[in-house]
Amino acid sequence: MSNLLQLKNISAGYEGKTVLREVNLNVNPNDFVGIIGPNGGGKTTLLKVLLELIEPYQGSVVKKDGLRIGYLPQINTIDKKFPISVKEVILSGRHANNWKLGSNKKNAQKIDELLQFVGMNQYKDTAIGDLSGGQMQRIFLCRALISNPHLLILDEPNTYVDKTFEENLYNLLSELNKDMAILLVSHDVGTISSMVKTIACVNGGLHYHESNKITNEVLKSYNCPIEIISHGTVPHRVLKTHKHE
Amino acid sequence: MNNFIELISFNFFQNALWAALLTSLMAGIVGTYIVARRNVFISGGITHASFGGMGIAYFLGLSPILGATVFAIGSALGIEWTSKKAGLREDSAIAIIWSLGMAIGIIFVFLTPGYTPNLMSFLFGDILTVKMIDLFLLAILSCIIILLTVIFYHPILFTAFDSDYAQTVGYKSTLIRYIISIIIALSIVLAIKIMGIILVLSLFTIPPSTANLFSKNFKSIIYISVVISLTGSISGLILAYIFDLPSGATIIFTLTGMYALLRILKYVFEKR
Repeated sequence: MSNLLQLKNISAGYEGKTVLREVNLNVNPNDFVGIIGPNGGGKTTLLKVLLELIEPYQGSVVKKDGLRIGYLPQINTIDKKFPISVKEVILSGRHANNWKLGSNKKNAQKIDELLQFVGMNQYKDTAIGDLSGGQMQRIFLCRALISNPHLLILDEPNTYVDKTFEENLYNLLSELNKDMAILLVSHDVGTISSMVKTIACVNGGLHYHESNKITNEVLKSYNCPIEIISHGTVPHRVLKTHKHE
Repeated sequence: MNNFIELISFNFFQNALWAALLTSLMAGIVGTYIVARRNVFISGGITHASFGGMGIAYFLGLSPILGATVFAIGSALGIEWTSKKAGLREDSAIAIIWSLGMAIGIIFVFLTPGYTPNLMSFLFGDILTVKMIDLFLLAILSCIIILLTVIFYHPILFTAFDSDYAQTVGYKSTLIRYIISIIIALSIVLAIKIMGIILVLSLFTIPPSTANLFSKNFKSIIYISVVISLTGSISGLILAYIFDLPSGATIIFTLTGMYALLRILKYVFEKR
């Protein structure tokens, strides 16, 4: 099984300040990696390197030929007053090569399918700013999926999603994971461990953990300053968050 | 009425009408982009910086438009570049370029021997003194803008909305943004002839803001902006003639008046 994507000895940061140090990461097909870490630990920097939005100071990003990546950004980076419709937002996820050549009919059909998939058919022509945070997030998920990506990257997807859709989202993700690798960034350790197959903690460096079982001991040994809130003695598997808010 | 027919038969007034049509097209499209991307302050910086180029051109005896173009493009690219690379905050960079341009302009105008009669028209503009060459330049730029917008509508829209995402799916975001910066700079320079440095920004911001009351769709906002801009400039022009007022300032009054009126109408109808 060949790698989809490989980070080799990456160091990266902003304005000369190194945030990530000598990070190595392999992503294989059908992986489901949870990326956890404290704020400022370099999670977003790591994503920007993966997406080639910033040049690393050192090291290299090796991608499989023709690798397509879909990406769900943190919603607060989006201008909610921008005059653009749901349909257009989803269409913006098509690869640039397809913007004129791809048949409109095929695109329209694909958009309908995706809206169906997230249960938002009736919002096709709605302006993006008229949606709630959770709805917006689903639309951005559609944008990430329209290119049929090999790798789906989600940055804090549970920040704005309404609790009713949260469960739904996780079902969608495990469904999607049959066809694509998923990298999920979250500060919410509880949620992440119940879904993902492996865990990576980013705090300057990156520590890879070959299972989804995180314990305080594991985190301590990786020097990952994240607290696990748990019931009873240290659990082998972290409990899900409560259903009510 | 006779008065009016006489007015239309004047060559300078016909030129003014053409100028109003062409700038409305240009400012409707470019302004929609500026407002959607929240680039109003950047555009203000570009506008005022171009005064530096005018001052130098005056001093050297060159065409002020040429000087303004060089400074406008330079500052547009400079702002786009500094905000990405230099680690300087974008709004601070804009303020520096804004005032530096004005300062250079004032110094060189001061150093220029003799009286500079056209200076007032560059600060406040005058649509009634538009010449054939101005119309020609406006027509060419409007055609280029319309063509680019029609052909590259989606890349422009997607990059404006989410530059990073557009880049990850293969759009040349940075290139597109630089080209649009240059187009904005050129549009501003040509519109300065009509509205002047101090007033020109209103032509790019009031019509799209008015259109935004009725639509949240980029394309519709462009269409509505062009119509509003055209209606506002022509009625402003006529009012300026009737009451013998400066044309640029009167056009802004009509545009703002339309905004206020439509906003109130919208409020009343939505209440019902």
